[in-house]
Amino acid sequence: MKVYIDNAATTKPSRAVIDTMVSCMSEYYGNPSSLYSIGQEANMALQSARERVAALLGCQSSEIYFTSGGSEADNQAIISAAAIGEKKKKKHIISTAFEHHAVLHTLKKLEKQGFEITLLDVHENGLITAQEVENAIREDTCLVTVMFANNEIGTIQPISEIGEVCRKKGVLFHTDAVQAVGHIEVNAASQNFDLLSLSAHKFHGPKGVGVLYAKKGIFLTNLIEGGAQERGKRAGTENLPAIMGMVTALEQAVSGLSDNAVRIKKLREKLIDGLSEISHCALNGDREQRLPGNVNFCFEGIEGESLLLLLDQKGISASSGSACTSGSLDPSHVLLAIGRPHEVAHGSLRLTLSEENTEEEVDYVVQSVKEVVSYLRGISPVWRDLQNGKRKYVI
Amino acid sequence: MALYSEKVMDHFTNPRNVGTLDNADGIGEVGNAKCGDIMRIYLRIDNDTISDVKFETFGCGSAIASSSMATELIKGKPLSDALQLTNKAVVEALDGLPPHKIHCSVLAEEAIKAAIKDYYDKNGISYDSSQFPDCEHCAHCEQNIPEGSL
Repeated sequence: MKVYIDNAATTKPSRAVIDTMVSCMSEYYGNPSSLYSIGQEANMALQSARERVAALLGCQSSEIYFTSGGSEADNQAIISAAAIGEKKKKKHIISTAFEHHAVLHTLKKLEKQGFEITLLDVHENGLITAQEVENAIREDTCLVTVMFANNEIGTIQPISEIGEVCRKKGVLFHTDAVQAVGHIEVNAASQNFDLLSLSAHKFHGPKGVGVLYAKKGIFLTNLIEGGAQERGKRAGTENLPAIMGMVTALEQAVSGLSDNAVRIKKLREKLIDGLSEISHCALNGDREQRLPGNVNFCFEGIEGESLLLLLDQKGISASSGSACTSGSLDPSHVLLAIGRPHEVAHGSLRLTLSEENTEEEVDYVVQSVKEVVSYLRGISPVWRDLQNGKRKYVI
Repeated sequence: MALYSEKVMDHFTNPRNVGTLDNADGIGEVGNAKCGDIMRIYLRIDNDTISDVKFETFGCGSAIASSSMATELIKGKPLSDALQLTNKAVVEALDGLPPHKIHCSVLAEEAIKAAIKDYYDKNGISYDSSQFPDCEHCAHCEQNIPEGSL
């Protein structure tokens, strides 16, 4: 059986998305900046896409900027807010320890340029509170950036409340909503954020395209200089097929959101219950305040990469926060941020469902994970020591 | 291209010499759980020859494959030969490892040497200590690999 259960990494583009893109490539090949008819037809399609995205996000089309994806949107949002702050001599930024690297590395760069960064500790359940954000805000704070939902453990932050605190204090609020959009409700009109990043390929859209939402009046700093595309804020001929594919995907995701969430949550609970039967394992992140499709476990005594390889042999595509899969020597910074020790964080497994997964697949995954964990524990000196009492169980 | 060679996948999915030896003559353990890999080697030694060898490994696919291959390379060999085993020989026998996985082969070499050293120590056999690496400061835990973007 083949089971794709890594939908937080990327999703399979839907048939409608592919059809939209293919027809866009043949029908709207003109450059939207050209003044002749085929250019202007492409421009009309582009503006219509912008309006449709704006309607789905509850904002105005003039507040939508198309980007190459979530990382670019994160970079531009943070760098723009920092530039606005610097002009007012405000050089303090608040974020959390478990943001995506697109946020953390941008903040690191700003730190080198003289900004002061406060990374809030994340609770064991993978959540922070609006009160903690409020307590950290200073006179010189120019930006708060907190992810809507975490990409590894799926926890959903109290975004509206954090936004409310930021509004009250007059601080810009950015949220990396890459994992949230298309999966849970995201609305600029009601959720108090000023800047938001999203990426199309996380909700069955194409790769290499995303959106930066910037509330009216926020002056953006260009990352890419050149032509006057995106109201002069993002140069480069627009990737119209990808943009139109993204809009199709977003419309599908938003219209099916409630039904899908119910169905996917049911699969998630089945998966969590099944995997919980494995001894010395723990669910990472709050069980309630999490994305409908996210399951993340740590299994003591084993290492994640070997777990993934053996699951792959059984046809299952999944993900882990072990060092060997991250390409660094340290395991996932997210798991460390919620207090998992290194040796336990190495043995993590992330399974992320989509509406295409079935109950049969979930049963197969649970059975396969049980077999593989048991096999790897059987050859693990760490597990032997745990069983013999030479090493203490952490979970 | 796949991450690992067929040889690596073979030794990872069908590891040779997995397990433990009761009353082993020498046991060597290297690595630490914090770094994400630990190898433990058990040796049975008769007349200065490795008559049996088993391993247990906590780690990634290449760590398990490296342990498996290393035990194959020393099984039935005189201790003097086993001491000559290099990580390079393990890598070659596995038809190569990705650059950031070379340290797994280093651990395999060190684990075998640690087990032989344990045998010497237990039996009061004198040896040249320079041929045994200092695992407390092995390069593998100190090297710095740039973070990936997964």
